[in-house]
Amino acid sequence: MEAVYTRTNTLNGNLLGFCPGCMHGTTFKLIGEVLEELGVDSKASCVLAIGCCGLAQEAVSYDLATAPHGRAAAAATGLKRTNPDTIVFTYQGDGDLASIGLAETIHAANRGENITVIFINNGIYGMTGGQLAPTTLVGMKATTAPGGRDPKQHGYPLHMAEIINQLVAPVYIERVSCNNPANVRKAKNAIRKAFQNQIDGKGYSFVEVMTSCPTNWGLSPEKSLKFLEENMMKEFPLGVIRDNR
Amino acid sequence: MSNKVFMKGCEAIAEAAVRAGCRFYAGYPITPQNEIPEYMARRQPQVGGVFVQGESEIASINMVYGAGAGGTRSMTSSSSVGISLKSEGISYCAGAKVPMVYVNMQRGGPGVGTIQAAQQDYFQATKASGNGGFKMIVLAPSTVQEAVDMTYQAFDLAERDRSPVLILGDGVIGTIMEPVVLPEMKSDEEVAAMKAANREWAIVGHSRDEKRGFLDPGYWSTDMQEAHCIELDAMYRSWEENDVQVEELSLDDAELVFVAYGTSARIARSAIELLRADGLKVGMIRPKTLSPFPVKSFDKINYQLCKCILDIEMSIPAQMLFDVRLAVKERCAVDTCLRSGGNLIERDDIIRKAREILNGGAE
Amino acid sequence: MELNLMVAGFGGQGVMMVGKLLSQATCDSTDYNVTFFPSYGAQQRGGTANCYVVISDHEVGSPKPNIVDQLIVMNDVSMVKFRTNVKSGGIIFTNSSLVKSGAERDDVTVVPIPVTEMAMELGSLKVLNIVMLGAYIGYTQLIDENLVLDCILRLLGKKPEFIELNKKAFSMGLEAGKKAKAA
Repeated sequence: MEAVYTRTNTLNGNLLGFCPGCMHGTTFKLIGEVLEELGVDSKASCVLAIGCCGLAQEAVSYDLATAPHGRAAAAATGLKRTNPDTIVFTYQGDGDLASIGLAETIHAANRGENITVIFINNGIYGMTGGQLAPTTLVGMKATTAPGGRDPKQHGYPLHMAEIINQLVAPVYIERVSCNNPANVRKAKNAIRKAFQNQIDGKGYSFVEVMTSCPTNWGLSPEKSLKFLEENMMKEFPLGVIRDNR
Repeated sequence: MSNKVFMKGCEAIAEAAVRAGCRFYAGYPITPQNEIPEYMARRQPQVGGVFVQGESEIASINMVYGAGAGGTRSMTSSSSVGISLKSEGISYCAGAKVPMVYVNMQRGGPGVGTIQAAQQDYFQATKASGNGGFKMIVLAPSTVQEAVDMTYQAFDLAERDRSPVLILGDGVIGTIMEPVVLPEMKSDEEVAAMKAANREWAIVGHSRDEKRGFLDPGYWSTDMQEAHCIELDAMYRSWEENDVQVEELSLDDAELVFVAYGTSARIARSAIELLRADGLKVGMIRPKTLSPFPVKSFDKINYQLCKCILDIEMSIPAQMLFDVRLAVKERCAVDTCLRSGGNLIERDDIIRKAREILNGGAE
Repeated sequence: MELNLMVAGFGGQGVMMVGKLLSQATCDSTDYNVTFFPSYGAQQRGGTANCYVVISDHEVGSPKPNIVDQLIVMNDVSMVKFRTNVKSGGIIFTNSSLVKSGAERDDVTVVPIPVTEMAMELGSLKVLNIVMLGAYIGYTQLIDENLVLDCILRLLGKKPEFIELNKKAFSMGLEAGKKAKAA
């Protein structure tokens, strides 16, 4: 029998461990497929953030180090500058990249580091249990904002892709999602472009992946998808924000 | 005098690091260590290395974490308050077994403190450089020559143990100029070979039939984390046996023994010369490694003769004092001679205190 | 043998360079231990600047001694501030163009050299420190004057006009120092 679809070799079969309805698993699959298809999985190295993404560290077969909370882009800078042939990417959630790691995120982008940044935005802290994130929507409830995000108290959601688009150096910025098969294909294309840029030495690429967090949103996976589409994507519209390749 | 050069401490340390094969440096400006990043900015490109001015101390230590994780000999530096900001990254290096060397040119504290030389980071350096109770080899140079030699050695120790190593200097060691003989420059081939030897564990990419590079500063399993702590503890114990560096001066007949490190120690030694000339029997234990602390040296003191151990440091309250007391084990009185806040200890203060102890105050 | 020297003046008078050149020349031409310690920080931007040179046949203890054998003061503020830090029997070299206060003690020798005026005579205030270094060497004969001059030419401006200017400044200072010693 002809195999028409197999699991990417970059996932070793260990349990990823993510909650039902979470899109981290899909994103790791897409990254792995892209690395393999580009023939660079044996040269790949992931600088992993602190947060739910840590659940994947034993399930991927490529090189990996976990960086301190928020510092992945700085660690990736040191790694890539000293090993230019290694394909270096960070994988970070919204708390890590947009809150505690804002300085490292912006400065790595501003230096135009030749790295690939995968940003998972689900508008909430996952691992620690549903606290307010810099990307939490106005009115959206969090354990540390029980009445919902109040702009008077918490300000407004940070649009990281748009903020990074203010900088001169980045070459490629796109916001994607994994909410349906068509968007998964688009997400994969974006991730491929982001890695291809690095292989070609073009510089900094940023892919923001809009995902759901049924567990901490307190919604079923199905309702989470609806919330993602009707609320999150309204605040964070999908699409190519910059393509200077 | 043929091959000696006259160099500033910071620059000499930076050059020694380059000669030891350091090919990545990231740092952030803070006095009194700015000459290290400034020197590295000029020097690293000449040897095919990388210099990055980080956006903060935090970013800088994490750049070093990344570069070290990639198997390159890497270094950062700062001073006191800046070292506090690096604590998390240092702890990650210790946890994930990423070798790196960092320099603390201590200044007065707490808080922003002063920019002058002090020794107020002893506890931070030797006991709690970050969370988790890890230890490091802490080298404390008292001359520019020693700073150079220790920096050169630090990279070997860091790589041997896959652990951070600290050069604990101060504003004096960083800013004085002294004649120094520089160590041999490791060749490009040697530097490449050292890096290649790290490839086994470095996160530079591995093929599917190799073991992947996986640097983990933590575990999901408490048993695995505990096993990791036990493994590290065994390494720390081995340092106590094998890696203590100390200078012992006239302990056999000493009626008074100074204990001092770094800048305090060079000033204390100059006091000993004068006191000995006056017939006062003074000896000294100078820890060159503050961690591991030279506990065994204290067993060489003749406690029949010794009236007092004098802990001399530029820190109020005293900090090294506690390690001294643990090593003395109540065999003798322990007193202190201290300055702080950026004020240097003065030779005359030490001499006065020594006379007070030995002659009961008579001049 | 141990010699402690402090050099003090305004920022911009080349105070640090006097200490640096002296200690560099000592390092290059003798087997003595030598340290150069610049005071750093706020004093460099405004107020007084100062540095210390310690030359010794033993390992140098404190590179910033509280009491010095010799003091060079380039301005009046430094004279008033540091004249009590000199050992009994010590020497104070003053830039007598600007230093109007006396030592106010008679156990030290004061060597007045009008280096600001001398530098103006040469057409550049920038070399007043080199004049002072010349005077110090001329008076103390601490190191061979040719070795110090070599050091000046090696460390300072490579342009022909600077080389000439520095040579003139150094030799003018030397003569003044030797004359003061002989007097």
